[in-house]
Amino acid sequence: MTYEFDFAAVLEYWPLLVQGTWTTLRLTFFCTIFGILIGAFCAVVRTGGPGWARHLVGLYVEFIRNTPLLIQSYFLIFGIASMGVRLPILVGATIALTINIGAYTTEIVRAGIESIHRGQLEAAECLGLSRVQTYLHVVIRPALERVYPALASQYVLLMLASSILSSVGVEELFGMANRIQSDTFRNFEVFVVLGVLYLILAVIVRAGFALLGLALFPRRRKLGTPL
Amino acid sequence: MSPIVELKDVRKSFGALEILKGVTFGVNKGEVAAIIGQSGSGKSTALRCMDRLETIQGGSMVICGHRLQDSNIDLKALRRDVGIVFQSYNLFPHLTVAENVMLAPRLVKGIARAEARTIAEAVIAKVGLREKMDFYPEQLSGGQQQRVAIARSLAMEPKLMLFDEVTSALDPQLTGEVLRVMEQLAADGMTMILVTHEMGFARKVADKVIYMKDGKVHEMGSSDILRSPSTPELADFISEAAEH
Repeated sequence: MTYEFDFAAVLEYWPLLVQGTWTTLRLTFFCTIFGILIGAFCAVVRTGGPGWARHLVGLYVEFIRNTPLLIQSYFLIFGIASMGVRLPILVGATIALTINIGAYTTEIVRAGIESIHRGQLEAAECLGLSRVQTYLHVVIRPALERVYPALASQYVLLMLASSILSSVGVEELFGMANRIQSDTFRNFEVFVVLGVLYLILAVIVRAGFALLGLALFPRRRKLGTPL
Repeated sequence: MSPIVELKDVRKSFGALEILKGVTFGVNKGEVAAIIGQSGSGKSTALRCMDRLETIQGGSMVICGHRLQDSNIDLKALRRDVGIVFQSYNLFPHLTVAENVMLAPRLVKGIARAEARTIAEAVIAKVGLREKMDFYPEQLSGGQQQRVAIARSLAMEPKLMLFDEVTSALDPQLTGEVLRVMEQLAADGMTMILVTHEMGFARKVADKVIYMKDGKVHEMGSSDILRSPSTPELADFISEAAEH
């Protein structure tokens, strides 16, 4: 076997790699923000909302968790486009991924909310806090603190899974790598570089979550213990 | 003296199980009332009804002028007037001692942060924990946590304080430090109702002792009834309690 490694041929395409990395990061960033907002909201509805709303959220969560992300993306980008609604591809991709991650986030946050002891709610109630105040100050914050490590993992997974969106035409990192590969036929080198880049991205996302956690949860910052 | 708490023939069931079978008693302003009795006698349920954590199904209950049997009761107003402390402290674990105490004044009364902090300092000093202001609950002993819970209620300046077996989870030494805080409160003139197993404390501090049995008030009177009970059931209860 005589194979000459030629990473230079791949690295020549660095502008594409940078562009792809940037797109992946942006996609992850926006999906993280919207995903956590949707997830926290749906988790509150699912645990404390009226019956019909709980069922609606349940339906959303189960539907998303039990169908492939690929089909969800195709549906949102091509299915809806065929009905005449044309979204910029990156917007469609962000929406698809947000809807997907929102469902998983809902389940994680719900577990956190359900871990809050009844006595906490009673104490808040007896101090005169309204239901909304109780949720905001006594339920959501400790719930998020408790499930934060699970959330961070889920969002690293989201970043990795965003590579699927290359197949609907999003020029994120994997999409760009595919282009380089078809230009250079340097498959081995391309995927080694790609793997390293994803690894670095994952470390960055994890570090971002760790820093955010320190900012959001002063108790954890001070004591370093899980809640 | 006007009664601040008035229960008349109060009834409460959980499903088919009747817990309160017509409870009647009153507590005047500034009085300390101790409710004693075996587990299952309904004493904690009676107390929880007074803060409307449970709704009553029969009779009438008037607490600080609020009629608890009314379906359109102003719960927010009731809870401004009534403070409650639980056996399990129920401090908010993600907040410091000061933040635990400041939360309700800020959110419920809309008091600014700086002023809320001043209030918190005062009530936390009252329970003897000034140096623990910025600690988290998990860094405190059970007795200290319970004293913070008392401070948290006091910060809302209630007219009536309810104590639900607040020392049952504590060892004797920690029990002592919590009871001393409660004794000081009583001396300051706070109206208090406590469900307790601490006979010594009831004897010393209570103006009124209410012995409950099988969902009813079985015997009631000044703390003298603990020395010379008039019913054989209370006599048995006291001698059993003394053995522990």
